[in-house]
Amino acid sequence: MTGSELIWRIAGGSGDGIDSTSQNFTKALMRAGLHVFTHRHYPSRIRGGHTYVEVRAADHPVKSRGDGYDFLLALGDSFARNPQASGEAYYGNEEAKPLAENLDELREGGVIVYDEGLLDASEIEDFDERVEENDWHVYPLDLRGLAREHGREIMRNTAGVAATAALIGMETDPFEELMNDRMSGDILETNITVLEEAYEEVESKDFSHDIEVPTGEHDEEQVLVNGSHGVAYGALDEGCRFIAGYPMTPWTDVFTTMTQHLPEFGGIAEQVEDEIAAAALAIGASHAGVKAMSGSSGGGFALMSEPLGLAEMTETPLVLVEAMRAGPSTGMPTKPEQGDLEHILYTSQGDSNRVVFAPGTVEECYEQSREAFRIAYEYQIPTIIAIDQKLSGELVSMPASVFDREPNPDLGSVLTEEEISEAAHHESGKYNRFQHDPENGVSPRTIPGQSGGRFLASGNEHTPQGHIEEDPDNRVAQVDRRTRKLEAIRDDLDGKDTSQQTPYGPEDAEHGILVWGSQQGTVEEAVDRLNDQGESVKSLGVSDMMPYPKKEVTEFLESVDECLVVEMNITAQFRGLTQKELGRFGEKMSSLLKYNGNPFEPAEVVEGFEIQINGGDEPPNAQVRIEPAAGD
Amino acid sequence: MSAFSAIGSGEQDEEIDRDAFTPGIEPQPTWCPGCGDFGVLKALKGAMPEVGRSPDETLLATGIGCSGKLSSYFDSYGMHTIHGRSLPIARAAKLANPDLEVIAAGGDGDGYGIGGNHFMHTARENHDMTYIVFNNEIFGLTKGQTSPTSPKGHKSKTQPHGSAKDPVRPLSLSLTSGASYVARTAAVNPRQATEIITEAIEHDGFAHIDFLTQCPTWNKDAKQYVPYTDVQQSDDYDFDVTDRREAAEMMHETEDKLHEGEVLTGRFYVDENRHSYGQEKRSTGEMPEEPLAERYFDDDYEWERSYDLLDAHK
Repeated sequence: MTGSELIWRIAGGSGDGIDSTSQNFTKALMRAGLHVFTHRHYPSRIRGGHTYVEVRAADHPVKSRGDGYDFLLALGDSFARNPQASGEAYYGNEEAKPLAENLDELREGGVIVYDEGLLDASEIEDFDERVEENDWHVYPLDLRGLAREHGREIMRNTAGVAATAALIGMETDPFEELMNDRMSGDILETNITVLEEAYEEVESKDFSHDIEVPTGEHDEEQVLVNGSHGVAYGALDEGCRFIAGYPMTPWTDVFTTMTQHLPEFGGIAEQVEDEIAAAALAIGASHAGVKAMSGSSGGGFALMSEPLGLAEMTETPLVLVEAMRAGPSTGMPTKPEQGDLEHILYTSQGDSNRVVFAPGTVEECYEQSREAFRIAYEYQIPTIIAIDQKLSGELVSMPASVFDREPNPDLGSVLTEEEISEAAHHESGKYNRFQHDPENGVSPRTIPGQSGGRFLASGNEHTPQGHIEEDPDNRVAQVDRRTRKLEAIRDDLDGKDTSQQTPYGPEDAEHGILVWGSQQGTVEEAVDRLNDQGESVKSLGVSDMMPYPKKEVTEFLESVDECLVVEMNITAQFRGLTQKELGRFGEKMSSLLKYNGNPFEPAEVVEGFEIQINGGDEPPNAQVRIEPAAGD
Repeated sequence: MSAFSAIGSGEQDEEIDRDAFTPGIEPQPTWCPGCGDFGVLKALKGAMPEVGRSPDETLLATGIGCSGKLSSYFDSYGMHTIHGRSLPIARAAKLANPDLEVIAAGGDGDGYGIGGNHFMHTARENHDMTYIVFNNEIFGLTKGQTSPTSPKGHKSKTQPHGSAKDPVRPLSLSLTSGASYVARTAAVNPRQATEIITEAIEHDGFAHIDFLTQCPTWNKDAKQYVPYTDVQQSDDYDFDVTDRREAAEMMHETEDKLHEGEVLTGRFYVDENRHSYGQEKRSTGEMPEEPLAERYFDDDYEWERSYDLLDAHK
């Protein structure tokens, strides 16, 4: 680890404002010149239950939540308590969870601030022993009382943030600025009073800990965004002006971001009756000449299997988002997993020609969302952006310049009316929409309303004009042409200046780690640590799932002695895909798998890698699984 | 100049006739001899010149089944989609380009069975489009299974003991769901069918036509063969088509009588005052005034970027 950093965790009950409080805190840290990265942990429940947000702030760029944390702000779960019945708990001992549940990962020498207005540390067995053992510094504060005294009980969040700021040596100015941005009138005034009173109260105490906020400075202006913003903003910049969807966690984040902005961008957003309709609407809008998208999470995406096939067969451009969560079935709605890869690759009947990208970072979400639209419209093919609950919700700081790009509203392979008049038509007068001859398989399309361009888009196998046809010669010609598109897309992606795969670490390293999607940053931090420890490791973050980047992964695997494949599922789906695509390297690859609902921490990857090198097959901890290489 | 010059051209072209919507040399319909689907095709081709629309400015979306083949034999822009899904596809096309004439068609299994959810919601939203449901009370292309409109007691390979279910009541369902134009016609009366389709297309809102089509192969007993009564032409039926309650009562009567051997057809509900979904969305600023699809062909349009949204993230 280079430079200094602080990892702050705020814990409470869902509905207690943990999310918004942590966002403000994160933004204040970013405005103070730090790089930030957040991790959200929440139950599938509207109010109450154990929830926390972790904010990592450093003077250097950070790529993961890190291991453990330094500072706990335990606010208590106000919804676990019945306010009418003298503070009696609704849900057994759940009210103590914000304190009790978070102790395992608090680092030695760490700080605990807890709301003694709501929490009673003496209810937690061994609390004092653990505090002593770990040299924790505990500051019980009556945050609830402070909030009540100077404002309203809900403002205990503000009191907690003020206490944190005082304890780590931050000024209150950035918080006041943020409050000014978001509130006004009475609420603003009382919040500021609570902030100042709490700050003063804590500052007057003696503290002995040495946790402090790092100092840093940004080279350029930063923004705080998550993967859902990345996907949505990429879509907007690519000229997407139509979205249809049905709410489902974590896809809802992309959906609502788009829905909020599309009307002001002159676009159309539709919340519809189900996911089949959602994908069908996107197809209808795209067919009519508008750049369109839809998406869902596992279960909802399953319903889109049928329209997905229609888009493939009718060669209607379509962009879908699949924001994965733990499955099968409803699974764990608010927990990340990478278990839908095979579902995304192979769902829908028949030989299929979709394109699948799995961005590894928020920046890649933006880039690859744009690329997904470009490919979909140029090649008239469905493209799927696979993210997960981790990537969709984690806020990170990045330069605003990442988004400073030209819009691209180009509809791709669409003819103008002038071109239509010169194009070959069938003697019936219909446009030869699905011609056999194009080299890259792409036969330009026309848009309903264009003069002379009419054709039929059929989900049945069809003639060049779109009419149902089961003639064997026509069938083979159509299948061959549609299949050629995937090869053309592979060449297109290979021929670009920048690859969507992300190599990391020393090029001549002996060992490798392969990773896909949201675990990329965590693996890169692990690679740094391993190399600092004297190992020789590099990683490759793979984003192209279909078409698979055979050349790049082959070169990577050929260059290393052995390779660890890191992913969040139990069946090693990405390793399986790699073996299937490359047809070899089975003996070189072992897997590090996690599927407990939490993403990997860098330390787990480090330990997993060491076990691989040392030949062990015992996982680093009970929550992680090692799958040895073929033949081992 | 408009990117879709076909749109609006139809009205100026007085030469448009039924043949304009007949594809040149192929394909020839593969429906069985005597099939009622020919009646829908004929009525639709007859209606288009009446409303003054050209093939290039019309989009016909169909589902799956014998009815789904309509888009093959009707010459316009077409989308032959998936079972039950023609409505969500059609309504998005209409939102994307409100200048397009959008028509959707499907069968009774397609529209009232697998696509029932979409039917309910498209009617509720009152999209400005026409929906023709070929109702022959049977699954035709899959060879004669019981459909949602098959009468109670109907025997088929999938219901060998006779269907224990009451049939769907499409007109009442449509009215309840929110359609602003509801009519029933039959293939055996091409003149009424043409008139009703013309009216439905001209109607500004969701126009649902339950179109009775005989299936000579799989449903020889279907009621469509019995004489029908046009409620607008008969002195026995006097009701106000703009009155929801009266319309609902008439629909109940029609739906009861259909299975008692008398077929009532005609317009059952017409609401000219309700705004279409597109109009509602435009009035709340949720949808642009100009057709969205036009914008992609406008070189002078200034596309907004996400960069403009970043202030909230700083």
